[in-house]
Amino acid sequence: MRLPLLALLAKGPAHGYELKLALEKLLGAAYPQPNVGQIYVTLNRLEKSGLIRGEDVAQSSRPNKRIYELTEAGHEAVRAWFEEPTDEPRVRDEFFMKLALAPETGVADQISLINRQRRHYLNTMRDLSKLAAAEDRDNRVAQLLIEGAMLHLQADLDWLERCQEELE
Amino acid sequence: MSDADRSRADVPPMLRAEGLVKTYRADGVEAKAVRGVDLRIERGEFVAVTGPSGAGKSTLLHLLGGLDRPDSGQIRLDGKRVDTCNEARWAVLRRRGIGIVFQFFNLVSNLTVADNVELPALLAGSTPRQARASRKELLAELGLEGKEGSTPAELSGGEQQRVALARALVNHPGLLLADEPAGSLDSKGTREVLRLLSRFHQRGQTILMVTHDARMASAADRVISFFDGRVVDDATLGGEGRRTSGVADVLELKG
Repeated sequence: MRLPLLALLAKGPAHGYELKLALEKLLGAAYPQPNVGQIYVTLNRLEKSGLIRGEDVAQSSRPNKRIYELTEAGHEAVRAWFEEPTDEPRVRDEFFMKLALAPETGVADQISLINRQRRHYLNTMRDLSKLAAAEDRDNRVAQLLIEGAMLHLQADLDWLERCQEELE
Repeated sequence: MSDADRSRADVPPMLRAEGLVKTYRADGVEAKAVRGVDLRIERGEFVAVTGPSGAGKSTLLHLLGGLDRPDSGQIRLDGKRVDTCNEARWAVLRRRGIGIVFQFFNLVSNLTVADNVELPALLAGSTPRQARASRKELLAELGLEGKEGSTPAELSGGEQQRVALARALVNHPGLLLADEPAGSLDSKGTREVLRLLSRFHQRGQTILMVTHDARMASAADRVISFFDGRVVDDATLGGEGRRTSGVADVLELKG
């Protein structure tokens, strides 16, 4: 959450709730919605570490709101974030641990594990298709996010097939 | 099926296969493509058969559509034995009771789009006027208005598959078989075919689709996993009581 918030602030100063709305609009319904409390806590920490600077703005009928902007260190952190390549997801896979350990334990059967996992992935795939259909067609970022998730799942399903070939 | 059997079962399943076996022999080597498959598809179901290439899933579809004959086993379509049918009888069945779409469309290349769709209607006994009306309705539905006079070669892959779908559905078959219907399409064409299959399914069309693509398969209500000539799993999707956090897990990004 830290770096996406910093990146949003690179565009210009904003307050916590604006940042939450901006994230939601950008990523669409498929992405787990950030909780506003979590955003305020993160902004607080970023301020303490000197990456952003906050200023209270008085509002006539409501409590003051705090507007944040990036510091020079914050700008640097955002630049560094974009320059770093990102670790690929799923280097550790809990399902793989189950599959590897099943024969040792005698409490689960590998093929049943594979079948159950496949059902789970297929159901997730179905949910993603529904999300893609419900999401605004013109929100290309949100559509690409869902498509990426589907391609990951397709790879996981292909790998389950390989497991079945080897273990059947 | 005897009359007594028929009265016992209120509504027979759309398709019932029992003990299907198919072995290919080439150069003295036997390859078992389908090894003892039982399958039951109810009216209105959308079922996907998925599995790795070479698992025998296309062979299974060919057996169910009468394009190939099983070594043993029985097939019932809408309660009637069909595995005993001769070639001519199967041809009639494929005209009226079963529609098929293929990966490579198999349209008649020197006929127009309109003629490709009207021909099976005429062969099934429609008057030219009825055939034309059905063709117009389907092509409009499939977004192909204005393409009536084109030949298949003038269309994109996605458009050709939509024509093939119109041809398969023009006689309102009880069962639609689809063999890798998006296997040769780009992602836009794939989404289009999937959307149309889902729409016809919502209107009550029974569909059996063979695909290696999990995204396609997950549009079905039921996914049968086919492996080495056998059904290894038969899963109903979208069931109740399952964990729904899956999407969030998959989408979780670093940060």
